[in-house]
Amino acid sequence: MLRFLLRRLALAVLVCLTVLVVSFTLTRLSGDIAIAIAGPNATPEDVEIIRKNYGFDRPLPVQFVDWATHAAEGDLGRSYVYKSSVAELIGERLPITLTLGLTGLIIALGTAIPLGVLAAMREGTLIDRGIGLLALLGQAMPSFWLGLVLIIWFGLKLQWLPISGVDTWQGYILPGIVLAFSAIPALMRLTRAGMIDALASDYIRTARAKGLSLATIVLKHALRNAAMPVVSIAAVQLGFMLGGSIVIEQIFALHGVGYLAWESISKNDFPVVQAVVLLLAIIYIALTLLADAMNAVLDPRLRAA
Amino acid sequence: MKLRARHIATVLGAVIVGGTLVVAIIAPLLAPHDPFAQDLMRRLVPPEWLGGTALNPFGTDQLGRDYLSRLIYGARISMLIGILTVVTSGTIGVTLGVLGGYFGGRVDDAVMFAITARLSIPLILVALTVVALTGSSLTVVVLTLGLLLWDRFAVVARTTTMQVRNLDYIAAARAAGASRLHILLREVLPNIVSHLLVVATLEMALAILLEAALSFLGLGVPPPLPSWGLMIAEGKDYMFFSPWVIMVPGIALFVLVLGINLLGDGLRELLGAGRSQ
Repeated sequence: MLRFLLRRLALAVLVCLTVLVVSFTLTRLSGDIAIAIAGPNATPEDVEIIRKNYGFDRPLPVQFVDWATHAAEGDLGRSYVYKSSVAELIGERLPITLTLGLTGLIIALGTAIPLGVLAAMREGTLIDRGIGLLALLGQAMPSFWLGLVLIIWFGLKLQWLPISGVDTWQGYILPGIVLAFSAIPALMRLTRAGMIDALASDYIRTARAKGLSLATIVLKHALRNAAMPVVSIAAVQLGFMLGGSIVIEQIFALHGVGYLAWESISKNDFPVVQAVVLLLAIIYIALTLLADAMNAVLDPRLRAA
Repeated sequence: MKLRARHIATVLGAVIVGGTLVVAIIAPLLAPHDPFAQDLMRRLVPPEWLGGTALNPFGTDQLGRDYLSRLIYGARISMLIGILTVVTSGTIGVTLGVLGGYFGGRVDDAVMFAITARLSIPLILVALTVVALTGSSLTVVVLTLGLLLWDRFAVVARTTTMQVRNLDYIAAARAAGASRLHILLREVLPNIVSHLLVVATLEMALAILLEAALSFLGLGVPPPLPSWGLMIAEGKDYMFFSPWVIMVPGIALFVLVLGINLLGDGLRELLGAGRSQ
């Protein structure tokens, strides 16, 4: 197991380095970055000063190494727009995005697992097919559009929930539902497939023969085994959800990291964009590593390797 | 009974996708008005079923442009993005996947690394940044999505190639002295293509949804092009008083993506591609 995890760790470090290169090159795509920062009314002298001040006159590899070594020390540079440290800016807004992501994950698991279990227990019936249809419909739903529709319905017509900002915890509910929607179909199908396999297995037959109640069999025995892959995929899904929150934060006016990124993209605030790309990538890499580690610990076949 | 339900779903998907494709191709013949023509005297006219007139059956937008015509021309953008993105990303992903799966060893390590690296890059954020920096246009959106959405193609092409590479007919071709290129193109590819078709439907649906999301955020297809995502963005400010401005393009998007997914599920059954994700 240790060897497997070490290999995965080495791979993760390599991927991190690649992402560093990608996020650096990304913001150099525009051609002359100094002109972009200076804005439309700048004179050539202004542009020249900016180029010198920000160090854009140095060769690209030098700029990259400089940025990467600082980033490795936790210094992500200063925002061109806010004039404050990028790490601080992100630190202020990260709690909102993480809360949103976790809310989304809890809603997703809380919906997907019971529905998946129900579908598996009633395999082939109308209920199973109805749940399958629901997953299909959910998969086709454009999340930003769903967000707007929920705002009109729950926020405005019914006035049940706040539609923008997070002054109270209720502010996370609607965006959390929208974010969860993208993960529910996959998690549900996985739960259903896992449960069908588990329910057909020998240990369930033994449990039935022992005369255990249905609830005990389903919850204690079958679900425990079916849930393993679901939980590890859920960790990966959380990574995707944090990346997708950029659209949802925009709709619900949540000033999290996604909103910051969107703002920075439209204002050419490259140090912030680079840092957010890097941050989201590292969170994703850490989550997949966690999922692999969980699998390795839980799966005896991998443990032996 | 179960089989029948599946068939109906597949046919429904094929009808939706085929219908949208036809609408996209003959859009100029179908659209009752010029989708770009503004009529500032007739702004935000509701659709016919909500008290509007037959002149604009689906109403008009905030600039008085005919909503039905914009919806019809919008089908062009969605289909174009969907198809071109799949061609681009499919080419990249299948090439990488087949090479990794066939040759194994170091080549496969490199391919696996590329897939892992790609998956860790936040999709929407990077797409937004690229479009913002290079300027929004249809071509940029297609290329950006094409360069980002190849991962599932690569994963499936790699796994399926591994399954066929040691089969007898490949060994026979090798023994007959066929070149590597010939084996890859003529022996491997035709035998994994059904799996790839299923992936293509998934990716097409994803590309269409992503284009809509990018355009919605103002960094996708540029106005005044009638992208459905852009129509939703432009209607957002009026949605509280005229909800249909976001409902009409939203439902169109939803139905098209649903159709593509139904078709994909049907293909999976039909071609016996199994669980290829």
